[in-house]
Amino acid sequence: MSTATAGGRRLQNAAWGVVAWIAGIIFVFPVIWMLLTSLKQSKDVTTNPPVWFFTPTFEHFSTVFDSNITPFLLNSLMASVFSTLIVVMLATPAAYALSLRPVARWSDALFFFISTKMMPVVAAVLPVYLLTVKIGMKDNIWTMVILYTSMNLPLAIWMMRSFLLEVPREVLEAGEVDGAGLITSIRRIILPMVSPGLAATALICFIFTWNEFFLAVNLTDTNASTAPIFLLGFISGRGPFLADLSAAAVLLSLPVLLAGWVAQNKLVRGLSMGAVK
Amino acid sequence: MTDVITRAEAHTEAPPPVPRGGARERWVRRAPLLPALIFAIVVTQVPFLVTIYFSTLSWNALRPGSKKFVGIDNYVTVLTDNRLRAALLNTVVLTAGAVIFSMILGLALAILLDRKFFGRSIVRTMLITPFLIMPVAAALLWKHGIYNPDYGLINGIFGGSTAWATSYPKTAIITTLVWQWTPFMMLILLAGLQSQSNDVLEAARMDGANAWRIFTRMTLPHLRQYLELGALLGSIYLVNTFDAIYTITQGGPGTATTNLPYEIYQTIFSKFEYGEASAAGVVVVILTIIVATFALRVISGLFKVEEGR
Repeated sequence: MSTATAGGRRLQNAAWGVVAWIAGIIFVFPVIWMLLTSLKQSKDVTTNPPVWFFTPTFEHFSTVFDSNITPFLLNSLMASVFSTLIVVMLATPAAYALSLRPVARWSDALFFFISTKMMPVVAAVLPVYLLTVKIGMKDNIWTMVILYTSMNLPLAIWMMRSFLLEVPREVLEAGEVDGAGLITSIRRIILPMVSPGLAATALICFIFTWNEFFLAVNLTDTNASTAPIFLLGFISGRGPFLADLSAAAVLLSLPVLLAGWVAQNKLVRGLSMGAVK
Repeated sequence: MTDVITRAEAHTEAPPPVPRGGARERWVRRAPLLPALIFAIVVTQVPFLVTIYFSTLSWNALRPGSKKFVGIDNYVTVLTDNRLRAALLNTVVLTAGAVIFSMILGLALAILLDRKFFGRSIVRTMLITPFLIMPVAAALLWKHGIYNPDYGLINGIFGGSTAWATSYPKTAIITTLVWQWTPFMMLILLAGLQSQSNDVLEAARMDGANAWRIFTRMTLPHLRQYLELGALLGSIYLVNTFDAIYTITQGGPGTATTNLPYEIYQTIFSKFEYGEASAAGVVVVILTIIVATFALRVISGLFKVEEGR
């Protein structure tokens, strides 16, 4: 390749790089706008045209913290952590039985799990709602934990399976030759190798639970309401509410944002249920 | 093919063959699967069976004593009523619109990100950010911060007094969904692009093929399964869209943005027509099964490729 075309291509890449930067800024702009709004003085929030330069204030963030946010955060945390733990505990052995030591008709089982993910939640919500009312489990965080577990289980099984299939068979066989029993080979060989996958699976489940809205809005009232429900309380239609709302939205999106940014290389694999690395 | 980073087709070998064993051996194999299987059946299938039972009842929670067996009456109501048909149409339009536009944008962005340029990882981080914002927060942000006629960002920058969410409800919903889901499509398609062999592309360039020809003849066919996967997974998630509709338009104006989940939600929680809502739920599941059978064929297509390697 001549240097002229190499230089040309570099220039071309730089030009496309500028386009990519512009696209990135456009995409992230609503989020920046949300952040700016959350930092504005109340008088600057509902101006038209918008105010771009202002003395930032944290008063809206303190409003949010004064609005009884703690129970909502605790509920979200409980629902996310416990359902993620249960999902991982159920999905990992199941994925094992669908990959390394497969049961007969493993692909049927695999498709059964994904088909439960395709079923619209609305088709099952009424019996669940009535049952929880009847047995006094409506507005209870453990009900949400169970429902979120079933919501994330198929995803976790598919994902864990794809990680387990990456454990080289030679390593497992070598372990068997050395006399490693099933438990030992799981503990000493398989778990260390799939632990990054396990972490990625847990992260995806955490994200989906933290953000879930439909079940939370229908099955909780006051005791078990999670973070997304907290946001609804800020809609008042009066001018500066937008700043409080933005501050709350920034705060509540923050855990998932940070986790997603840190783990962005794992994100695509989780979202595609392990089909794409 | 040294610099193939990932190949979806090759990334999972088929599991080891299932040896024939005694009943005991088979149960030992099944044991790890059973807790998850039983859990999934109890929590997802049993409620659905109950929904089928409810769908045969004339049952309005506001009318005491109305809980009686009526056979298929609810289905007749649901299928002859325009509401469900309108909601079905809206679901198709909103889902297809969001999937198609986020796919096109995602493809364009993936192609941009597939090149080397200054700050590529920063741009990638910016581009995935919309996907990580809590959906309800995103919907509220678009409704109040961007579409609002008096102080929203669009009118703030371009002037005018259009109430975007009420004048163009479907577009408003689709735009919000596309903003959130483009990063998802981009990530999947980017993985696809990066799994393409550079050597082969280089060889094609040497042979004098121009960029467009390489794209249409080599890149697109290579991306096909990634496009299918993105469309399939995007549809699975987006067909259940509820957050954006609940917050931005409440299904309106009129029923302009009432999709099936929102329609059934209203039938249950505002009209208390439990029987009718259940019948509608069953119809939705049947439709989903039809679509899913087709969709699963796509996945099992990906699946067979995996096994074949």
